[in-house]
Order: sequence, then structure tokens, then C-alpha cells
Amino acid sequence: MRITQGTFSYLPELTDEEIALQVAYVLDQGWPCSIEFTDDPHPRNSYWEMWGLPMFDLKDPAGVLLEVNECRKAYPGHYIRLNAYDARYGRQTTALSFIVQRPAEEPGFRLERTEASDRRVQYTTHPYALDRPQGDRYAR
Amino acid sequence: MTETGSARVGFGMRPGGAAAAAEEEAAVVETLPPDASIDLAEERAESHVDEVLDALDRELVGLVPVKTRIREIAALLLVDRMRARFGIDSGRPNLHMCFTGSPGTGKTTVAVRLAELLHRLGYVRRGHLVSVTRDDLVGQYVGHTAPKTKEVLKRAMGGVLFIDEAYYLYRAENERDYGQEAIEILLQVMENQRDDLVVVLAGYKDRMDSFFSSNPGMSSRIAHHIDFPDYAADELEAIGTMMMEREGYKLDPAAEPVFRDYVERRRAQPRFANARSVRNAIERARLRHANRLLDAGGAVDLAALTTLAADDFLGSRVFGPRP
Repeated sequence: MRITQGTFSYLPELTDEEIALQVAYVLDQGWPCSIEFTDDPHPRNSYWEMWGLPMFDLKDPAGVLLEVNECRKAYPGHYIRLNAYDARYGRQTTALSFIVQRPAEEPGFRLERTEASDRRVQYTTHPYALDRPQGDRYAR
Repeated sequence: MTETGSARVGFGMRPGGAAAAAEEEAAVVETLPPDASIDLAEERAESHVDEVLDALDRELVGLVPVKTRIREIAALLLVDRMRARFGIDSGRPNLHMCFTGSPGTGKTTVAVRLAELLHRLGYVRRGHLVSVTRDDLVGQYVGHTAPKTKEVLKRAMGGVLFIDEAYYLYRAENERDYGQEAIEILLQVMENQRDDLVVVLAGYKDRMDSFFSSNPGMSSRIAHHIDFPDYAADELEAIGTMMMEREGYKLDPAAEPVFRDYVERRRAQPRFANARSVRNAIERARLRHANRLLDAGGAVDLAALTTLAADDFLGSRVFGPRP
């Protein structure tokens, strides 16, 4: 099951050139980029691990792409996303966030039903990948 | 934080259709047939390269070898661009450079112009200049250097990285110096990311020579070693006149021979720093000029406020103790 999180997630995977164009737009807006990765892409897991610090003062997408590729090299079987933060007053939030790498195989989620008192049913989504230990969740 | 684009703060679609259309148009330039020909003059005018070269000629006095080399580079990039239109892919030329020369010969000034020129010719994408020294590249403890150097390199991507006094990176007397680590990262990026950044090293001639002899890999990765010659006396005079014009001063006709004499005498003295010394001389002349006006008291007119007289230069110590 293909996970759809962030911008562009219903489009085909962006190529590196397309990512560079998006980053160029982001930098033109004056938003610093940061890179995050995880192997637990549950929709409720909003805090992914940071890859290095956010990158300030960059002018050109090549610098961001360099870090993306470094992260891909270190974590080939993880989800990697690129965030752009808009620090203007009145916004001060993530302005753009999209996935730049995903594992080759995404096993998806199962729905768990728990029966509570009075036959009420509580639903949980459980990622199959989470059954394995961290770092070993997605086959390369 | 600078406000970019529309003043509206918030979410939603932003108008960007026109830019996207222009980009698409640029991408669909097809290769020319082999029997086509390109108008050289038109191509040249289109790139606006002449404006930068002319400004270089106009605003920088002397430096003939430097200007020649920069003209050659501009010509090569222009020709490469036309070759690309015929579909010949010749690979990007290596444009890493080394500027050597005495203090005050205009190395930094030329580097700024170079960034602009390369941007006009489409060699670098942004055309900004990141000027750094050893402090910005080398860390203070183990593991500090690599991230620091990479940070600087990332910032310079799409533009020109200017490393002033580059010979300080390597300290021969201390083999555990972190400078070596910075050099290694620099070399790696200079080789692998040639499309993304141009590195310009600058420094004094003799020290750069010993730097290169202890780092042969660095020397061979730099295609252009440009030597900035010392200025002749008349060139220094021309530089001085231009500096005064820029500051809104002019030289009293009677002061011209004095200024020439000053330059001659200053040149013969130790620690002469070419254009920088001339700038300092003018700064000091301005001080004496202001002091002289205040001492004289009374009314001043525009001419008095903007004219540097012979006395303002004669007060300098190069003329010896005043009688």
C-alpha cells in the first residue's frame, strides 16, 4: 500500500530534477529546508528523525540535494521527507513537506478492532512493518 | 525575514503560471541542423556579457593579464553555449581558479565581478559570492571541521566560493591541524560537484606556491592560475582619481604633481599594499582636508568642500618631517 503523506503524494515519484525545481521555489520564497527520515510512517507519527540541522542561508538547490542524497545513502530503506519552514509572522509553520524517498516495498496497515464495554468497537490502524524491530522494518 | 511575492500571508494557491510557462518554453529549444548558422553578435548581445566585461575594463585599472584571461573564459563559455545548440556536448569546463598577487591588487574585486559574469553566461545558477577564510572552514575540535566546511560549501553552491588567504588552510608545522581535513573535503567537492560551484583561491604568490607544493592534488584541480601584477605608478594615480571621484572629491590641479610624488615615494616604502595604500592615503587626506577647513573657519563653498589640495597630501609622513 503506497503511503500518501505530504504534498505531491498522489503524483508519480518526483525525479531529482523535479525535486531540485521544488527546492529552488522554496529557496526563492526564503524558506529554510530540513530533511527527516523514519521507518514508522504511521499517520500519527508526526515527529520523524532529523537528518542534520535545518539548512539556513542556502541559495541553490544543489546543497539540499546533496544532503538528500547523503541521507538516502545512509538510510536506503527508510521514508525520507523534505520540509520547508515559513518563518513569517502570521504563518510560522511548515509551508511545504513532501516525501523524497520511500522503501521499495510498503506492506501497509491492518485495521484492528477492539471490543470495549457494551460491545463498542474501537479501531486502530497497525502498520505491518512495525511488527519487526526498528531499523529492520522494510526489506531493502 | 524578507517579504517575498505577494503581501498576502496565509495559505492557498499563489499565482505562478507565467513563470512556469516561460520555463517550459526555454526547455523546448531544439538542436539546430548541421547546416544552420548562429549570429555571433546577436548571441553576444543576448547574454549581456559585454556589459560586465566593459564594466570590468572601465572600473578596474591595469590588470591586463587578468582581463585577458577573463575575456577568454567568457568567449569559451559563449562558444560552448552555441555548440550546445548544435547538440555537441563538450562537458563543462573546469573553472576553479587561483588568484595570486601582492596585497591590494584587486583579487577580491575581480572575484565579485567573476561571479556576476559566470551567472550572465549561465555557468553558475545564482551568481552570488561567498567569501570565506580559514576560520569559516576549519573547526576547533575533532569532528567539527567536516560539518563546518560542508555548510560553507552548501551555502556557496550555485555561485562562487572565494577562499581568501587560502594558504592558511594548510599548516606544515602542525600535522594534526584540522586544515588538512578541510582541504580534503574541498577537493572532493571541487571534483564531484563541478557543475554546482566554482572555487576561487586567493593569496600572496610565494605562500600560495608553497601551499600548492604541499598539496599537489589541489594545484592540478585548478585550471586557471592567474597572477595579479603590481600596479605601475600611473595606474595607481588613475585608481586614486577614480576613488576620489567615487567619494565625491576632486584633486586640485596644483596637487596633481604632489599626489604623483606621493605615490612614487609610498611605492618605495615597505609594506606597500597597492590600491589599498592609495585608498588609505586618500582617507588620511580627507581627514586633513576636513581639519584644514575647520581651522580656517569662515564660509565654505562647494568647491572648497570637494577639492583636496596639495597641503592635504604634503602632511603625510612619506614626505618626511614638515619644515
